[in-house]
Amino acid sequence: MPAIFTPPRTGPHRKDSRDKLGEGDHGAGRQPPPDKRTGGNGDGDNWNDRPVGSRGPRERLTQTRIGLGSALAGDLMFFVALISAFFVTKSNGHFNPYGEYIYAWLPTTIPKILWANTVVLLLSSATAEMARRSMFREHDVMDEWFGLGRPTSRRASIWLAATLLLGMSFLAGQWNAWQQLAAQHVFFRSNPSSHFFYLITVTHALHLFLGLAALVAALAVLRASRQFATRQIFVDTTVWYWHAMGALWIFLFVLLEFFQ
Amino acid sequence: MKLTHHRTLGFAYLTLSAAALVAGVLLSLLMRLHLAWPDWPLPLHGPVLPEEYLGLVTLHGTLMLFFVLTIAPLWGFGNLILPAQIGSRRMAFPLLNATAFWTTVAALLTLLASPFVAGGSPISGWTAYPPLSAIAAAGPGQAAGMDMWLASIALFGLATFMSAVNMLTTIVCLRCDGMAWHRLPLTVWGWFTAALLSLPAFAVLLAALLLLFCDRHLGTGFFLPATLVVNGALAHSPTNGSPLLWLHLFWFFGHPEVYIAILPGMGLTSMVLANFARRRVFAYRLMIAVMLAIGVLGILVWGHHMFVAGLSPFAGSAFAISTMAIALPASAEVLSWIATVWGSRPRLPTAMLFALGFVSLFIAGGLTGPILAQPILDQYLHNTFFVVAHFHLIMAMAGIFGLFLATYYWFPLLTGRTLNERLGRLHFAGTIIGAYATFLPMHLTGLAGEPRQYAQLTGIAGPAGALLAGTMPLQRFITYAAIFLAVAQITFFANLWTTLRSRTRCSQNPWDATTMEWAPEALDPIATEYPEPQTHVAPCEYSLDGANFHPQWLPFTQPEGPE
Amino acid sequence: MLLMQAATLGQRFWRLPADAAAHGPALDRHLLLNLWIVLALLALAHVLLMVGVARRRAHTPPRRQALIEFLPLAGLALLFAFLSAHAEALWQTARYTGADPAALQVEVTGMQFAWYFRYPGADAIFGVTKPELVAPGEGNPLGLDSTDAHSADDFVSSQLVLPAGRQVDLRLRSQDVIHGFSVPEMRLKQNAVPGQTIHIHFTPTTPGSYAILCSQLCGLGHYRMAATLRVVAEPDFEAWLAQHNAGVER
Ligand code: HEA
Ligand code: HEA
Ligand code: CUA
Ligand SMILES: [Cu+2]
Repeated sequence: MPAIFTPPRTGPHRKDSRDKLGEGDHGAGRQPPPDKRTGGNGDGDNWNDRPVGSRGPRERLTQTRIGLGSALAGDLMFFVALISAFFVTKSNGHFNPYGEYIYAWLPTTIPKILWANTVVLLLSSATAEMARRSMFREHDVMDEWFGLGRPTSRRASIWLAATLLLGMSFLAGQWNAWQQLAAQHVFFRSNPSSHFFYLITVTHALHLFLGLAALVAALAVLRASRQFATRQIFVDTTVWYWHAMGALWIFLFVLLEFFQ
Repeated sequence: MKLTHHRTLGFAYLTLSAAALVAGVLLSLLMRLHLAWPDWPLPLHGPVLPEEYLGLVTLHGTLMLFFVLTIAPLWGFGNLILPAQIGSRRMAFPLLNATAFWTTVAALLTLLASPFVAGGSPISGWTAYPPLSAIAAAGPGQAAGMDMWLASIALFGLATFMSAVNMLTTIVCLRCDGMAWHRLPLTVWGWFTAALLSLPAFAVLLAALLLLFCDRHLGTGFFLPATLVVNGALAHSPTNGSPLLWLHLFWFFGHPEVYIAILPGMGLTSMVLANFARRRVFAYRLMIAVMLAIGVLGILVWGHHMFVAGLSPFAGSAFAISTMAIALPASAEVLSWIATVWGSRPRLPTAMLFALGFVSLFIAGGLTGPILAQPILDQYLHNTFFVVAHFHLIMAMAGIFGLFLATYYWFPLLTGRTLNERLGRLHFAGTIIGAYATFLPMHLTGLAGEPRQYAQLTGIAGPAGALLAGTMPLQRFITYAAIFLAVAQITFFANLWTTLRSRTRCSQNPWDATTMEWAPEALDPIATEYPEPQTHVAPCEYSLDGANFHPQWLPFTQPEGPE
Repeated sequence: MLLMQAATLGQRFWRLPADAAAHGPALDRHLLLNLWIVLALLALAHVLLMVGVARRRAHTPPRRQALIEFLPLAGLALLFAFLSAHAEALWQTARYTGADPAALQVEVTGMQFAWYFRYPGADAIFGVTKPELVAPGEGNPLGLDSTDAHSADDFVSSQLVLPAGRQVDLRLRSQDVIHGFSVPEMRLKQNAVPGQTIHIHFTPTTPGSYAILCSQLCGLGHYRMAATLRVVAEPDFEAWLAQHNAGVER
């Protein structure tokens, strides 16, 4: 096995290879050091000297955010598929053997309460955002870094609790909407439009249940976790997920309300 | 040995897929035996009924495509190698990773249990076209068995979704210092593209499965027309749905899925060819672009599975064009492979042999793709064994070669031993001969008109019987070849066994590889006493005569200045 | 002439079944062209691969990217473009336009696991069928509505009988699941999708009896869902029709 060293002739061949095709590689170029606005435990060690993956809060934060982002992007495709099915089904009329044109799609009258629910959900997004912001307000968090009490976390938990309540009331509102429809004898089975009304609202509700679970978890972490960074990350991720579900709902609601 | 550690999970995934693979192989051999000798009664079982044959086909396809060629290259070797290759010591979300694994286990168990429920295994193939898959009365196995299949694939979809998120985040966030995007090995690019594709693909599949479930159990009819007469009974659907909707949703998933299965193999082949040719991959950056192009185009070609399914002929033309377009990046890959080894007089250890075999099979299977992509020809070839030959060469065999390649190449890294060369060459010879002997003749039976998924080709009256019976001699030959192919794998397992029990250790970087996973400390789970991994150059830096090389993890000896 | 011989040789080499449709020869020629080209490319690629591996190590690795990568790529692009353009032309003539009005009308219905062929009879109009009337037991597999005027003279056959040299317009239907109407000797294949009526037209040329297969997995009987296409001379066809119409009158 030959010795490992920089081959002398790679110099010139690197030059002629650093041509329009951009091949070859002069050994320079490292990633910029991660900025550590939430970092710096004050113990004077430099996180850049640690291996990637253990470089402190900011890195963990971006990591969870990117994970969440890609997951949500995929999840969006799930709903896109449902919605394309929605439009395909909506366009399906046919002639029966007697030559009559059958068009089974009776638009579901969306219960008015859904407007209220939408407002509630928007509110909950606002409170959630308040919680998230408060976790990142620089000068406030300082003493919490030093472990002198946790005023920030307490404030955040209040906002999160508010979000939790609003979220629950949204789901209660959805439940009520389903009740109203049932009272009008509009069930899942009734007709194509109602299939989709229930399919979409229920799948979205399931996503929100996940969100509620995440909120509860975040609250628990806010109380239990010693690491301020961990608390920040839990709140941040939960809130971003919550925002996404809110935005998704607007999208779905417009679809159900205006495109039947 | 933590249960959430990526190495543990990697080995677990490989074991899982090996189990699925052994099952899938046995099923395929049963299929072959039955096709060649339909009247031969199975010992301890008796004659093979038509529905049983279809059950075999369905399970074989599902096992092989999902539980072998999706999880072994992506999550198996992905977990084992990817972190080290990007200079990280962990995956982004270990817990998610483990959850995904156990979900996959549940999915596999559900699938394997499906033959034993009332009515037996589902019979609607891995594509599960409705109404056959939507109405329990449409056939044996379409009741409980089909539900098991649905459940299994849904679980699998969720698991894949989680793993993909994990892998993407790992690649984006955990590359070590200096591992800029253009320095990522093509293997990582393969994994990256595959993971990227699997997010939308499996999301859409999950939606489709949900709709199908509603059709089966909640009285909807997204995929069912207004009225059907299924064996005597009238079936109404409130929605005047269309089976074609399923075809669209399924193939929107299905085509990316088959590329997901092969992309990691393609990336690895590029790197291994360059490794043993001891020079840089030809047109490295172009290959990166090409892989991403394959990924993107892969989303736009699903209609080529539906040319004669009832699409408008204009749609057929459109999809024909996009499909021809995707053949070009694939050809670019092939050209780069050929150019990389051209005039390099490479060493030919077994790993290299399997890499060359991958190229050969990819070309052989790929070239029939553009033929199938011409609607007018597909109206003759669709659902014949010509298609079966196409995808067994390019997917099944090339994919399996990718797995062998990975095994032979990384074995020293993972176990400190090199697999026995003599047995290895024997295995390679047996496998490539067996592969071609099995799947080349299928083109001919296909051209002769043999359709897929036929439980038997004999005992059919009239000219149809005559047409099908004409292929019987070839059928027997194919079966012999398939048995030979499967038996040839014994050398592989013998090799694993003997090597694992031998004491001899190999040197730490036996292939003179340049990528990060071969760095001395790369696979050390808790390498705190080592300096953090750092990347200093692009992969495959070899001197022109190939005598010397500069691994990615080594700093430059003389200071780097702009010359 | 020579081309014809080459074609027949090719057909034998690649084991194509006999070809008895008007659009068949053109399709076959294109298919064979494809197959030979692919075979050549396959050989060429392998030669390049093996020579490349065997050759003495070059002093400089290949770097003329334009030459080695893009030139062949352009060539392949042209090749693929040419092939698909030609195929596209054939596809358009086969599928873009409907059948001409004079074409013989036949309705093909697939069900687990049989094909039925309905001729409109003297009035050249298909009568109404109703799913609830379907009763294979009482010889009414398609659910023909006897109260409907047009359906009185329709007759249903289990064999597809066609006159040679006359275009036929098939309307494909399915009662239960997706079936695939496939006639290898006519180089024809089209799925029958429940809830849809799909038209497809072609012209059989040589008399004889040919295989009709099902090419879409439709259940345990998929493999035996076969029927026979009998292509006969025009007069024989008229005779056959007359006899069946008579059968209906009685
Ligand atoms: C790994 C999986 C994989 C891959 C990579 C491909 C690749 C391709 N596939 Fe394949 N395909 C499948 C798996 C795959 N396929 C499966 C599983 C099915 C059946 C599904 C089912 O029905 O069950 C299928 C079916 C299928 C069909 C439908 C057939 C039918 O049902 O009627 C079509 C039609 O267009 C098609 C086309 C193509 C094309 C154009 C490519 C292209 O990407 C191919 C590109 C490659 C090349 C073009 C070769 C390049 C080499 C050269 C050009 C040689 C260079 C020459 C020199 C250097 C001299 N495939
Ligand atoms: C990865 C995919 C894969 C693989 C490997 C195979 C392998 C084989 N398949 Fe498979 N097959 C499919 C995917 C695959 N198949 C699919 C998707 C279908 C369509 C199903 C449908 O229609 O719904 C199908 C259908 C199908 C049919 C058509 C049935 C029909 O339509 O009537 C036939 C018939 O001969 C067949 C035969 C075989 C044979 C003989 C093998 C032989 O190659 C078996 C020999 C086995 C090997 C050579 C592999 C041994 C490898 C190892 C031991 C590696 C272990 C190493 C590690 C894990 C590191 N298959
Ligand atoms: Cu009917 Cu297959
Ligand atoms: Cu495809």
